[in-house]
Amino acid sequence: MQDHLQFQGWGRRQQKGLLKAWWQRLERAPETGTPVAYLFISGAVEELLRAFGYEIALPEVTALNCAIRQASIEYILRAEDIGYSQDVCGYVKNDIGLLLSGNRSPMGKLPPPSLLVCNYSGCTTYIKWFEALAEFYHAPLFILDVPYLRTTGVLASDIDYIVGQLHELIDLCERQTGRPFDEARLRTILAHARAAEDRWVQVLETARHTPAPFDAYFEAVYFMAPIYILRGLPETVEYYDGLLRELTERIEHGIGPVPEERFRVVIEGPPPWPALRDFWDMFKQWGAVCVASTYSKVGGLWDASGVRHDPERPLESIAEYAIHCYVNWGLHHRRQLLLEYYTQYRADAIVIHSVKSCRSFAAGEADFREMFVKEMGIPTLFIESDLVDPRYFQKAQMKNRIDAFFESLEHRQLVHG
Amino acid sequence: MCRPAVFGMNLALCILHIEPYGTSEAQAYEWYRHMITSTPFDDLIPLFRDLHFEAVREWKAAHPGRPIVGIFPVWAPAEIVHAAGALPICLFGAGDLLDIEYADARMQSFLCSISRSTLELGLRGKLDFLDGMIFTSLCDVARNLSGVWERNFPDQWVIYLHWPENVQSPHAMRYMRAELTRLQTGLEQLTGTPLSTEQLHRSIHLYNENRRLLRALYAFKQRHPHRLSTYELYILARAGSVLPVERHNAILQNALHTVESRTTRPKDRIRVLLDGSFCEQPPLEFIWAIEEAGCYILDDDFLLGNRYLLEDVPTDGDPLDAIARTYLRHATPSAIRYDGPQQRAATFLAKARQLRVDGVIFAYAKFCDPAQFDFIILKRHLEDAGIPYLILEFEEKMTVFEQIRSQVETFVESILFYA
Repeated sequence: MQDHLQFQGWGRRQQKGLLKAWWQRLERAPETGTPVAYLFISGAVEELLRAFGYEIALPEVTALNCAIRQASIEYILRAEDIGYSQDVCGYVKNDIGLLLSGNRSPMGKLPPPSLLVCNYSGCTTYIKWFEALAEFYHAPLFILDVPYLRTTGVLASDIDYIVGQLHELIDLCERQTGRPFDEARLRTILAHARAAEDRWVQVLETARHTPAPFDAYFEAVYFMAPIYILRGLPETVEYYDGLLRELTERIEHGIGPVPEERFRVVIEGPPPWPALRDFWDMFKQWGAVCVASTYSKVGGLWDASGVRHDPERPLESIAEYAIHCYVNWGLHHRRQLLLEYYTQYRADAIVIHSVKSCRSFAAGEADFREMFVKEMGIPTLFIESDLVDPRYFQKAQMKNRIDAFFESLEHRQLVHG
Repeated sequence: MCRPAVFGMNLALCILHIEPYGTSEAQAYEWYRHMITSTPFDDLIPLFRDLHFEAVREWKAAHPGRPIVGIFPVWAPAEIVHAAGALPICLFGAGDLLDIEYADARMQSFLCSISRSTLELGLRGKLDFLDGMIFTSLCDVARNLSGVWERNFPDQWVIYLHWPENVQSPHAMRYMRAELTRLQTGLEQLTGTPLSTEQLHRSIHLYNENRRLLRALYAFKQRHPHRLSTYELYILARAGSVLPVERHNAILQNALHTVESRTTRPKDRIRVLLDGSFCEQPPLEFIWAIEEAGCYILDDDFLLGNRYLLEDVPTDGDPLDAIARTYLRHATPSAIRYDGPQQRAATFLAKARQLRVDGVIFAYAKFCDPAQFDFIILKRHLEDAGIPYLILEFEEKMTVFEQIRSQVETFVESILFYA
């Protein structure tokens, strides 16, 4: 029946290929003499580093990939052996455990950093994480302090401060690479970034359709990889063109991630990577599709903030971008965003997956539920586990909670129509 | 040479985790208090072990129309709040005095006690005298608590200040000044009165005096560890959390006279440096237990905000510039700031050596990320330097201290007899 479909599965396949090529570049970096910069997803200034020829490594991506491949627990335990507390961020422990194991990850051998750029946007643990890496690798560490979005709008003093630090980072990169700063090259990279961002927003907004052509949480976590890991490269723009073709085709044929879309949900919080498949199945069984998620915005809120990297305002636009990453938004903004998604994407409920590892995401999420349920009457499911540590994912218990929630949602729909 | 470090490692692996009692804290507390020797400063304890905040309410009654502004740890420039005619008070949760009933629905159980119990105090109406709250960028939990606070207490003025994390940047100064201006403007709106440079200078002077007195007490303690206990020092410092600075200065001044005239004889105790309690505070009994088990705590980071600035803030020139510069150049190296490559470990080791400590005690709150992360880096350097250490994890509501005491006793014996 579906043999006339041309593009289905392209987005996932192509993403795999792009990431594989990226890992190969990383693995070869020591022999090719390519400098490697370690960065974080939230507020990553990768365009600037690419302009100096750095290859980018993202320890968060390494950690989540280890978790998906069921390797994280081994590394976490290794880190706990040297004294890391059971209560601190599992991503950090995964990374340190991997380092202590010789950096041979299931994805490939991770090269050591030439430079650690702690783009501190929304997560204090970022600093502690790279302080530890600087200690273990003896690598230079640059802290790029990105102030929190704590007022209604972005403050001019925040932009000045970030731009000032970007100039300092440029000086450091010039010294380390021996290459002068090439602004024209940065502009080209930023133009690619912007083009990819425009397309990524279009991808996200396809989920406004009923049925939604893709799951904006469980599939978005695959589709978002190029915008976060390979932003600024021309192949990333092409990737989103291709993905849009796939999603347009799905819309034309009424295809969605489940055979019959019964519930549309907004999801807050990172996924439980070690149990991603099981977790998704728990939603699929109910015909529940995520139409908008906040996790897919950790590395940039291009949809909600409207910001884009801009070749005409290189450093200013990088600074604005770095502020507008999801966990760098004050809770007031985060609450409003969830409510906007709930309305704009015509959702039936909000699901909050609160993870122990990430206080930045989690602290206060319970208060979101309090507000959504008690003040707005929005059906809200609140569940807890972890994003990387499989010890916190209790499958049966999780399934019970999710089943009970959708049963009551079903009942509510029957009663209220 | 490496023997103490090895021993430290073994002990360090026995991390203590004590479940809080659900009930009868008051009884357990009373029983334990009974064992603690009285001090000349005991009258100050009820000031901060008081969920009704009588001292604060009295101030409010005596100063009608003047606001009270809470500061969540670790540091905010209380002098600016003071200059605005308001009373700055520091909130350190509810200790063992309150069960969490309402805060659970807002701040999850895997978050530190201080964030939950401070919120609980607010939700139970214990802080109904507050006109405003200041939160700062020490960790993600404190930061997010500001957003929770804002929603749950819409009548209060709530401000979140993001202190510069890149303190070495030449651009940090201007940024920090803008942040301090935001604080000043917020306070001016709260009081309806603009702040003058003279008012700011006067308040800075008083807080400089406060920090000087605390430094003097710590310096005295370091010279004569047997003549002033950390338990006493803590009581003296903590009283300032709910008192006007003028009154606190007088208390500290008197205390300095009192301890200087003491003739206590030294005991056979080890000299330790304590780290990790800069935000959430352990119970008083916890401090007492460590000392009683045979330690002189030469320095600590309890109530760090009081002593965060290491030098006087200049009282000439622009006051906000002066505060910003002091913050950037002369603040205590700690888990809540990054001072540059390897600085944290280097300054920590230098302090340990300068104080000639026999060991280090890491005393941190359960779920405290900054302290737990720093521990990893610091312990590596301690091991290299052959300085033994002990980890004591605490919670606000812990009420059993015998295990702490025996843990510390073992540590002390390992150093006194086997090192």
